[in-house]
Amino acid sequence: MPRPAPLIEMRGISKSFGAVKANEAVDLSVAPGEILGLLGENGAGKTTLMNVLFGAYAPDAGEILVQGRPVTINSSADALAAGIGMVHQHFHLAPRLSVLENLLIGIPGKSGRIDRAGGLARLGEIGRQHGLTLDPDLPVSALSVGEQQRLEIVKALFRGARLLILDEPTAVLAPTEVDGLFSALRSMAAQGLGIIFISHKLNEVRALTHRCVVLRHGRVAGRVDAPASTTSSEMARLMCGHEIVPPARGPSTPGAAVLTLDDISTSRHSGMALRDVSLAVRAGEILGIAGVSGNGQRALAEVISGVRAPDAGRMTIAGKIVSRFSPREVQALGLGRIPEDRMTTGLVTNLPLADSMVLPRIGTDAFSRNGLLRPDAIRAFAEAQIKAYDIRCPGPMTRAGALSGGNLQKALLARELAFDPKVLIVSQPTRGLDIGAARFIHEKFLDMRAKGCGIIVLGEDLEELLMLCDRIAVMYEGRIVGTLASADATIARLGLMMTGAEGHG
Amino acid sequence: MFRLEARTNTPAWFNLALPLLAIGAALVLCSGLIALAGAGVIEAYGVMFSASLGDSYAITETLVRATPMIFTGLAVAVAFRAKFWNIGAEGQLLAGAVASCAVGAIPMPGPLAILLMAVAGAAAGAAVALVPATLRVKFRVDDVVSSLLLNSVIFYALMALIEGPWKDSFSGYPISPPIEDSANFPVLLEGTRLHLGVVAAFLAAPVIWFLVMRTTLGFRIRIIGENPEAARYGGIHVERVLISTALLSGALAGLAGVGEVGGVHFQVMSDISPGYGYSGIVVAMLARLNPLGVVPAALFLAAVMTGAEAMSRATGVPAFLSDVIQGTALLAMLVALLFTAYRIRRVGTAK
Repeated sequence: MPRPAPLIEMRGISKSFGAVKANEAVDLSVAPGEILGLLGENGAGKTTLMNVLFGAYAPDAGEILVQGRPVTINSSADALAAGIGMVHQHFHLAPRLSVLENLLIGIPGKSGRIDRAGGLARLGEIGRQHGLTLDPDLPVSALSVGEQQRLEIVKALFRGARLLILDEPTAVLAPTEVDGLFSALRSMAAQGLGIIFISHKLNEVRALTHRCVVLRHGRVAGRVDAPASTTSSEMARLMCGHEIVPPARGPSTPGAAVLTLDDISTSRHSGMALRDVSLAVRAGEILGIAGVSGNGQRALAEVISGVRAPDAGRMTIAGKIVSRFSPREVQALGLGRIPEDRMTTGLVTNLPLADSMVLPRIGTDAFSRNGLLRPDAIRAFAEAQIKAYDIRCPGPMTRAGALSGGNLQKALLARELAFDPKVLIVSQPTRGLDIGAARFIHEKFLDMRAKGCGIIVLGEDLEELLMLCDRIAVMYEGRIVGTLASADATIARLGLMMTGAEGHG
Repeated sequence: MFRLEARTNTPAWFNLALPLLAIGAALVLCSGLIALAGAGVIEAYGVMFSASLGDSYAITETLVRATPMIFTGLAVAVAFRAKFWNIGAEGQLLAGAVASCAVGAIPMPGPLAILLMAVAGAAAGAAVALVPATLRVKFRVDDVVSSLLLNSVIFYALMALIEGPWKDSFSGYPISPPIEDSANFPVLLEGTRLHLGVVAAFLAAPVIWFLVMRTTLGFRIRIIGENPEAARYGGIHVERVLISTALLSGALAGLAGVGEVGGVHFQVMSDISPGYGYSGIVVAMLARLNPLGVVPAALFLAAVMTGAEAMSRATGVPAFLSDVIQGTALLAMLVALLFTAYRIRRVGTAK
């Protein structure tokens, strides 16, 4: 089938940052009605390429054509004028303003007044066309993450985008929300819009896109014309340049319980409260906690990490009762923690990487004596971990924020595992990571399991949980509604329990 | 057409180049004002330079001027590292001056008096800084506003003291009684005002640098300033570190007041500080919050201040120019800081 003339064409795009070639001679085009998958590992140049298209960076070489005409895009305003809309990973919304007000930001009304009626009409129209309905008067702060993303998409369409770029849109969504997003994207494509879909998740790319471009080290490593009939492992090979084999979880003989929670309850401080949560993780075992986010996982992680004391219940780590619930106490008892949000609760992006790597243990003899830092020990530790975990960065004094997500996750893993924790609590361990980095993280967890560490993994990605965990408990509305051995668990059964449909399993 | 692009790293030489650039820009911008006042720019800056750095006496005067600003600059640099927005160094300085003057008026051997004056002044400054820090930790009160407004409270309390119960009965002016002669700081160089406090200030800078960069407290100060959430999860008591920072910052600002009383004025009057607390903010920003950088930054501002008076006498340009240079240098530095995060790139204009 001959493809219609491209909506957008990028020819020979190159962009360097210092010595790093982020993009090199990249060609890419999207036809009307086409959903193009843009694949690549972290650091392969996907985001840079899209930032060039959206006007955030000027390319060093190459040209951009919109409907056959060369254009210069110097700002997001230029991009919007050319009919290009982008939904970033981090949303650009004003939380205190309503849905409608967010839509109308930057849109001149008639004689200085806001065209509320016109905005409402357009919002309703877009909603009906693609199933993207939103309450116009709700403040953005009251919207779920999925609804905020919907608003970003509507915003782009509202401004007349004919090409929509979505940067890892499913990373923030629950499995049920992904279906809704996909049907909206298909409906938009059916009406002649072009879509660029950036993702790491190969099964999603295969289900949704018509064609794929795979980037590696800034260059086009391959093009896939029929993603649906191409296997995930073939695509993975294009992305990584080599075969990726999922790690196998061998049998293990769990030992004594290293973490127990008995009837832990919390007040409704922020988000869902915990109600009578009891669970136990044994040495050499990986316990998964599945659940749609917002069902108490955050409170559970906060209690176990020692940043929030429960109102009732008892917790033990390595057989000792946790009494004060401070991060220092649980850490001293042998708890390691890989946080859900690397940037906010894990690392200090503006300071050298080494500082983040020693942060939780700065007061211990390893890094300080009598209140004086041991700079050489800190540096040596960071350098050793950078080497051991193959963290890609110029050195321990690099600003942590300059590293990619996968490398930051490795750094967090390194800082916790270096001290042989008895229990490890992990939230969404591979969110936003590419296959290679995710694979590395999974292997490390299995290594720790073999060494007798008890691991508790909170997550929404059921495939990942089934692969990693020995047992999976399901959380719903602040309770554990059931626990299954992985051998008995299926995605369908877990999915049902996550909606609260099944009682104690 | 030019545009800004995010930088991935900041070269080390920026730390030196940016403040110099900002100072240069401020001097160029202010030369317009000098010309407007009807004086020769070269001549005016020439007088300024010779009166502040031209001979050994001028240099000692600049050093004496720089001393309180080194202390307030360190106070602000330490506080800002932790993102404790202490705009109250002025009030803390005044509190330090009052406390040290009260102690200095008690007859006792000189060395003991000087030691106790320093302790009292530092404690008074710390006590004042504790107020906005506690309000922030306990009630989430904005520390910029509370620390700034507290300056007026302290200033008028000081006025009430020296207009009323503490007024010097001999002079009849609204000034406090002088401290004991034995409590006067020793002069280091005969015929100048170079006093013991100057040496203390120059020693304080490396001590504070060591504290910020090489101790666990300093580490925690830096971490809570950049990411309090990560600090909390990492087992740092954020509130406790913030209070410690405030106490340290206030104590340093209090020491600025001690130096002025013990080494320069020997009593407290309403104009004991021409805004050294606020200048501390300019100093700290020019130093990019590096305690070692505070010394040259304070010396620059001190040179401008001493030079401006001589320039005013010689050329008729109002001495207020020194305030304008200070303000312009701060604004220029804030603009220059943009270049640590962004680079300017030339792009082709649209066809």
